[in-house]
Amino acid sequence: MENEFSKIYRKRIKQKKEFEDRTKKIIVTVAAILFAFFFIMPTVLTITNSFMKATEITANYGSIFAKDEKGARKYISKTVNLKFIPDMVTFEQYYTVLLKSPEYLFKFWNSMIYTVPIVVVQLMLASFAAYGFSRHESKIKDVIFFIYIILMLMPYQVTLVPNYLVSDTLNILDTRWAIWFPGFFSPFAIYLLTKFMRRVPKELTEAAEIDGAGEWEIFSKIQFPLCKGGIASILILVFFDYWNMVEQPLILLKDEDLHPLSVFLSKINQGEISLAFAVAVIYLIPPLLLFLYGEDYLVEGISYQGGVKG
Amino acid sequence: MKINSLITRRTKKPKQRVKTIGKRELISWLFLAPSLIGVFIFFVAPFMVVIGYSFLNNPIQKEFVGFSNFVNVWNNSAFRKAGLNTLNFSFTAVPLAVVLSLLLAVVMESRIPFKSFFRSSFLSPLMVPTASIVLIWQVMFHQNGLVNNVLAALGDTSKTDWLKSDKAYVVLLTLFLWKNLGYNMILFMSALAAIPKELIEVARIESAGKLQIFWHVKLRFMSPTIMFVTIMSLINSFKVFREIYLLTGDYPYDSLYMLQHYMNNKFSSLDYQMLSAAAIIMFIVVTILIYFLTKLENSYGKDVEG
Repeated sequence: MENEFSKIYRKRIKQKKEFEDRTKKIIVTVAAILFAFFFIMPTVLTITNSFMKATEITANYGSIFAKDEKGARKYISKTVNLKFIPDMVTFEQYYTVLLKSPEYLFKFWNSMIYTVPIVVVQLMLASFAAYGFSRHESKIKDVIFFIYIILMLMPYQVTLVPNYLVSDTLNILDTRWAIWFPGFFSPFAIYLLTKFMRRVPKELTEAAEIDGAGEWEIFSKIQFPLCKGGIASILILVFFDYWNMVEQPLILLKDEDLHPLSVFLSKINQGEISLAFAVAVIYLIPPLLLFLYGEDYLVEGISYQGGVKG
Repeated sequence: MKINSLITRRTKKPKQRVKTIGKRELISWLFLAPSLIGVFIFFVAPFMVVIGYSFLNNPIQKEFVGFSNFVNVWNNSAFRKAGLNTLNFSFTAVPLAVVLSLLLAVVMESRIPFKSFFRSSFLSPLMVPTASIVLIWQVMFHQNGLVNNVLAALGDTSKTDWLKSDKAYVVLLTLFLWKNLGYNMILFMSALAAIPKELIEVARIESAGKLQIFWHVKLRFMSPTIMFVTIMSLINSFKVFREIYLLTGDYPYDSLYMLQHYMNNKFSSLDYQMLSAAAIIMFIVVTILIYFLTKLENSYGKDVEG
């Protein structure tokens, strides 16, 4: 009899716990959905708004971009209608940007011309340097690596002054080289890639050494191929970073023709607001493709960053 | 004689091995060389020059003036305002970024559906260039925009002008968290996954509650990651100028005047010695902050394996 009771009792407790678990799960999921909504909504809105007709945009958001005499943005108190879905889906904005306003494409091209060589050269130099750091570790190399970490951590406010000085001395201010050079030698990729390469088991390289492989062979046939995933992830991170650059061109390039689209976009004024969303989306496409294609690499790369000390 | 030849042979052989290792080590330095040369020319050497400039009256006359540049910068009201605004922002943004992303990581670790969808959406702001997204933020935070409409629906009809008042700070904080939480979350997720299951099992057997396990086991185990996330968030918080510039242009609201604005002004007047002194002050402050954080982590997490 008692046994029966305790059985029922236990069942009740179990049911209660299951119910609590389920409610908890539902609450957490709903919270996560709200959060996710907050995270993707701005991007999604930008994309949907890029299919709006120019007149609709001016009517909805025109008042935001009015400016006063000084060039500062003036915020007139007029209604702003945030629209999730345009009244009429058109490609009008894209048509105008792609076929009638070459300056945007030109600036887009500038962004490409800065970012792609920087990503390629920085990663190339970084894979060499990371190999150098991960082989025959010594005290001096540790010290140098530490200097690299400090350099990596310094904000632009600090590094831009030396950058400016060097560009001035080398007479490359106001040329693309002023952006390229500091990007080529930025220690960020080296730091991450060294972490990847240090994780390659020592037995592998030692076995290769015994088999008489030279350093170049160990690099090109063992270390580099084993770190391909890491290189992909760093490539994505470096691309995002330089695609988004603002500080460097503002200081190192006075010639606005050389500015990347990121800086140019901020100078969009009322007359061009009808194109702004399409330009924003066009600017978003390269990193978006990289993200969709390489999200797993990206996650792996970020995980590695925090994983090991030093 | 025989012994002698044995000895020479013995000493000869290791010597040769030392030589081959030396050659390999030399080659490893060759791999490093391009980067070393570049970093020296473009970062280290000019930084030395910057240190030099900070003690001179100007780069042409080159008169040694001691610490007067530093004193000037330090007493400059614009620099102070910029510095205080920047630190103020960092000291709010960084703790929030750490705590919220840890919370997100814990949620992602629990058993919820659509995990990969959540991960992608939390991480997606990382790829969005700031320039592409400021438009929609402006629309949302406009005086008659979405945010105020939502607030009005909730009963708050004060109609804050978000970008042109002290509240601009809140907008910036939102943007910063929006962009950086996903990245931090991934770091925490991998740290959570790396905690040995046995450790948690042992704690559970010793009848530790969920909260206790989190507080005493997981958090301590993650302390290197917490430190790393804090440092990265700190560095990223200095980059918030980007958002400010793209949102408000050259003339931001007072509370948004950051160190980068100060530097930009000095660049346009080419005030080398002030720039140098300011850069070095910032270098020192950042170094002290990082050193302090590292020390803190060492004393907190010293009894667990990182």
